[in-house]
Amino acid sequence: MTQGQGPILRVENICKMLGGKKILNSVSLSLNKGELKVLIGPSGAGKSTLLQCINFLIPPDRGQVWLEGTEVQHHRKRDLYALRQQIGMIFQDFNLFDHLNALENVSIALRKVKKMGRSAARERALAQLEQVGLGDKITLYPAELSGGQKQRVSIARALAMDPKIMLLDEPTSALDPELIGEVLSVIRDLARGGMTMILATHQIGFARTLADEVLFMEDGRIIEQGPPAELLAPNARTRSRDFCSKLDELYEENL
Amino acid sequence: MNETLFAILEALPYLLQGALVTIGIVIGAMGLGLIMGVHMAAGQVYGNRAVRRIVGLYVWFFRGVPILVLLFLFYFGLFALIGLNLSAFSASVLVLGMTTAAYQSQIFRGAIQSLPQGQLKAARALGMSDLTAIITVILPQALRLSIPGWSNEYSIILKDSALAFVLGTSEIMARSHFVASRTYHHLPLYMTAGCLYFILTWIGVQALLKLESKVRIPGYTR
Amino acid sequence: MDTAFYTDLLIPALNRGLIMSIKLIIPSGILGLMLGIVVGTLRTFGHPVLRKAANGYTAVFRGTPLVVQLFMLYFGLPNLGIYLDAYSAAVVGFILCSSAYHSEYIRGGLLSIKHGQVLAAQSMGFSTFKTMCHIIVPQAVRRALPGCGNEIIYLIKYSSLAYIITCIELTGEGKIIATRYFRFTEVFMVIGCYYLVLVTFVTAGLHKLEEKLQIPGFGTIG
Repeated sequence: MTQGQGPILRVENICKMLGGKKILNSVSLSLNKGELKVLIGPSGAGKSTLLQCINFLIPPDRGQVWLEGTEVQHHRKRDLYALRQQIGMIFQDFNLFDHLNALENVSIALRKVKKMGRSAARERALAQLEQVGLGDKITLYPAELSGGQKQRVSIARALAMDPKIMLLDEPTSALDPELIGEVLSVIRDLARGGMTMILATHQIGFARTLADEVLFMEDGRIIEQGPPAELLAPNARTRSRDFCSKLDELYEENL
Repeated sequence: MNETLFAILEALPYLLQGALVTIGIVIGAMGLGLIMGVHMAAGQVYGNRAVRRIVGLYVWFFRGVPILVLLFLFYFGLFALIGLNLSAFSASVLVLGMTTAAYQSQIFRGAIQSLPQGQLKAARALGMSDLTAIITVILPQALRLSIPGWSNEYSIILKDSALAFVLGTSEIMARSHFVASRTYHHLPLYMTAGCLYFILTWIGVQALLKLESKVRIPGYTR
Repeated sequence: MDTAFYTDLLIPALNRGLIMSIKLIIPSGILGLMLGIVVGTLRTFGHPVLRKAANGYTAVFRGTPLVVQLFMLYFGLPNLGIYLDAYSAAVVGFILCSSAYHSEYIRGGLLSIKHGQVLAAQSMGFSTFKTMCHIIVPQAVRRALPGCGNEIIYLIKYSSLAYIITCIELTGEGKIIATRYFRFTEVFMVIGCYYLVLVTFVTAGLHKLEEKLQIPGFGTIG
């Protein structure tokens, strides 16, 4: 599995209790450079919590995270902020900064976190927005953008930080069906460009074509993992397969 | 009738000077309240238990005691006790400022808490420290949302500033009372004072409405 | 620390003052609310002329300081040959002023009720009066309650202004002693405690009342 060097991200034995309930029960995974792993599973399985534990937006109760072979000391603020700059995150409900236009949304962290100059940050943000196809929308505010456009801005915002890894938390599930395509195509381009990603999604068809590996989560554990061709094969007798066919019925997705 | 009119006209320049004093008190108090209020609100939302307790206690005290009592307590009592020898004007500014800070903190706190949680998360995910996130993401939005409440607070403090006259601050109220008790034209003079307050309220509220529409974010409705 | 100062002098005086304060607050609170309901209803549903008048009334009393209003009543009215004693002037002033604020909340409460509900009631044969009694008022009261409750709290605190027009209540009694014995900090601290207890007590009562009248899912947007 490893080609020469170790995995770029390694997560071990992450546990998290919330409100007396075990949300994550000793979850481990590793990610090589350029890999795309897809996280599937029913709502409440802990996918979102797992992704947010990786960059310590939710501090795990137990467990370690290694980025490029060094363990993250998340109690040291400086290390934590450095880690987060290297891990891009996309949220289900975009979380754009409502008081900033598209361009400022992308450039604010470049200026305030990476301490770039105003014009350099602006140029970088512009390039990033053009890459996601929003070069003509840079002065619009979040409230003036469609859901799909908002999510593309948020992807541009994350990419502008030059992350080594991207975590995508159900990036299309808050979108109207007709807007999903534009976001998926941006993610597809990213994957083809070799971006290392973990993607939590219900878009099984999409996952199947792009994923290097599928991780199936339930009740706070990864209970199955493997290449999509094995796990999701029509005759595979796996929990993943069952779950996906249920989803297919629900969304009438043509496989 | 003419005599009354004459009395008002004669007193007007004197009262207008008082209006300047009133404006000074209000600007000073609102400014102090803004600075303290923002910090207290941030402390109450993001601070640890001890900070929240202290802010809560402060707000409870300043919102539960009448301004008049606070003015007396601080001007004749506490300020002197800690060796501060303040003029009536500065004391009025400080006491009104500390009082409006309690109210303003609750306006800002409400605004901060009405913002979607996700934005703070997104800011952290980009590597911002909490302080940077609060300054660049939360406050610009919370302050915008606070303008209507702030405008309300302005008109309250403007009216409360009339109480500064009990300390001997020579603002509108003190001056109209002074002239009234010498000329016995009480009613017309207090009516003039009332008009001045009315006009000042109106100007401030209009200015804040202007500000609100000026900093409005396109498409933003909440 | 001489306890005699407290037990023999300060506390009895303040208790005497407290009774006077309560004598000011209760009639002002009740009549102020009642007048506020009338003014608020007029402002919402009244004849255009009455509506204008009620709006003007509200603007004047909300736009000028209470102390100016009290001075007009106590020192000003004698210019017109009308003499009010200090107590009556204070109560009248409190009623007029607080009714203006109450009317604002009542109006908001009335406006918040969707016109569709009136149509629905009338489609079932409710008379206008019955629609008011059974459909509109029960909802409007709940909507207005937090605001009106706040106004009662303000009234408690602003009742301290009565002392300025020589109606000696809690603050006044304390001021006399503080000045005579030159013990400002302690006296005004104790007065502050009196008000804090009063305000905290009434706030808790109003919360209880709100909870009691709470309807699931109602008022979460308002």
